[in-house]
Amino acid sequence: MATERVLTRNVGRPEALTVRGYREGGGYDALAKALRMQPEEVIEEVKRSGLRGRGGAGFPCGAKWSFVPRQSPKPKYIVCNADESEPGTFKDRLLMEHDPHQLIEGCIIAGWAVGANTTYIYIRGEYTKAAAILEAAVRDAYDSGVLGTNVLGSGFRHDMVVHRGAGAYICGEETGMLESLEGKRGQPRVKPPFPALVGAFGCPTVINNVETLCCATHILLRGADWFKSIGTDERNTGPKLYAISGHVERPGTYEYPIGVPFQTLLDGCGGMYRGRELKAFIPGGASAPMMKASDRAIKMDFDTLAKAGSMLGSAAVIVMDDTTCMVRATLRLARFFAHESCGQCTPCREGTNWMKILLQRIHSGQGSEADLDLLAQVVPNVGGISLCALGDAAQGPVKSLVEKFSDEIRENLRAGRYPLPAPRYFDQGAAA
Amino acid sequence: MISGRAAASQALPESAIEEILALRPKYPTLEALTLPALHIAQRASGGWLPEAAIEAVAHLLELPVARVAGVVSFYDMYHVRPVGRHRIRVCTNLSCQLRGSGEILETIGQELGVEEGRVTSDGRCSYVQFECLGSCDTAPMIMVDDDYHENLTPERVRQIVRELK
Ligand SMILES: Cc1cc2nc3c(=O)[nH]c(=O)nc-3n(C[C@H](O)[C@H](O)[C@H](O)COP(=O)(O)O)c2cc1C
Ligand code: SF4
Ligand code: FES
Repeated sequence: MATERVLTRNVGRPEALTVRGYREGGGYDALAKALRMQPEEVIEEVKRSGLRGRGGAGFPCGAKWSFVPRQSPKPKYIVCNADESEPGTFKDRLLMEHDPHQLIEGCIIAGWAVGANTTYIYIRGEYTKAAAILEAAVRDAYDSGVLGTNVLGSGFRHDMVVHRGAGAYICGEETGMLESLEGKRGQPRVKPPFPALVGAFGCPTVINNVETLCCATHILLRGADWFKSIGTDERNTGPKLYAISGHVERPGTYEYPIGVPFQTLLDGCGGMYRGRELKAFIPGGASAPMMKASDRAIKMDFDTLAKAGSMLGSAAVIVMDDTTCMVRATLRLARFFAHESCGQCTPCREGTNWMKILLQRIHSGQGSEADLDLLAQVVPNVGGISLCALGDAAQGPVKSLVEKFSDEIRENLRAGRYPLPAPRYFDQGAAA
Repeated sequence: MISGRAAASQALPESAIEEILALRPKYPTLEALTLPALHIAQRASGGWLPEAAIEAVAHLLELPVARVAGVVSFYDMYHVRPVGRHRIRVCTNLSCQLRGSGEILETIGQELGVEEGRVTSDGRCSYVQFECLGSCDTAPMIMVDDDYHENLTPERVRQIVRELK
């Protein structure tokens, strides 16, 4: 499938790191165009494009922008979610390291659309390189009149601050992020009120993922109709980044029209590592229920994956071959969620821990089929009545393990095969 | 503010205090400076946050010490115990696990001869397992101080560890 590179067109084009080089490639034309439109028209264009959030939940972007009150006695804010901590996800880092101005442009467009004069880019603390590149780009943008009191000579004021996190997955959840931005522990808030009304510092706020804001730039430049012409249907539109890792020949970030079949993704990155057999794949980051090899034809878009009981999430695709112990893989994710639960809600705090303990027991060889049954009972109680979606997210991989790989686990348990030896990845000789 | 600043200068170099206070115009509240201030204080204190540094940040930002300490304990990147001159974070999340992070972790343990989380006796290094660092396409990978090292093999990681001064 020959695909035009839209979001990644400046990858491998280092000139784009400066305002001047970025403009030579047509950069900031979208912003200039947006500033000539009425804010309502900008929102309408994004709405019509069908753009859905690329951070995980797939919420319609234009609708989110329209929830911000037009008239507000308080300042309004754009918060760009660059926390990217969902295991398997690395697409936003690519966008920030190779094309920071594409993101800056999207943020200012969002600011103009909702009437916000400040953007905070909340970037995960470990991304020191991306943060330095963004900071340099923001300085350059101020010096070039792209940011500041008179954006591109329009009279619109927009300021931008790169704000570094400090290592906590939960700060990727939007209200956890707001708490963290305000200088507190990143514990999610009770909703409502939603951030569009009461967000950062008690003010109306739009929170969008890096890739979502980058998409907005192209929608403004090329129009909603162009964006809608790409993808599966009018609910799944536009170009999409897929971050592929695990047992494939060439892991990396790949751009395709949203809804590309999994098999095409796999072929595009050189197929399975060392020509092994596909066993399972995670379509959308650690939170997304696993799929089996027999699902390889599935279209990788929001609605198709939801219908199949999984989700597109952050479009982080983790591929596992037939040497993979599914219990070991799932245990690693369960450990992650137990570590990252912020502890405010009992089902999430206790449930993530229980899933970890039961998987550990099975994995270590001390478990029985009764543990697997208990695990199946625990899973549905981990999410639901809680403040944020981390509990639901934690259920995803374990639920799919129990539903799709029970036979394999029972057989291993009956045969007393656990603990399965961890496969050596490197040659024994080289590792010694 | 003046007295807070005087108190802070007991624990933090003047340059760090200046750097923190220079951030003030970027935020509508003083409290919002907490995370950046802690990053700056940690860098100025040898990579970890002694109690005095946490108190200094609290004084500067006019916050209760317990509040700042609560923030420190919430985030993985702040340390309240001394760390090695070099801090190694070994990603062991799924994508790295599938591509041999276990063997990378083993190799680092053998090279340094200490348990995870401990500092070598010469104060040179400490290492911990870490969650996904957003570099899964170059798995297995580690982070040494601020830098990513990618597409590792046991030999390569052994060489990296030996070159740390
Ligand atoms: C536990 C948890 C972690 C999340 N982590 C991220 C993240 O790292 N990056 C991100 O963009 N969204 C993340 N989200 C989703 C955000 O809450 C939010 O939906 C998103 O930033 C909205 O932007 P979008 O509509 O542009 O996708 C996370 C959600 C949850 C519940
Ligand atoms: S669901 Fe979990 S992570 Fe989310 S607020 Fe509750 S305890 Fe914290
Ligand atoms: S799993 Fe190691 S960097 Fe993502």
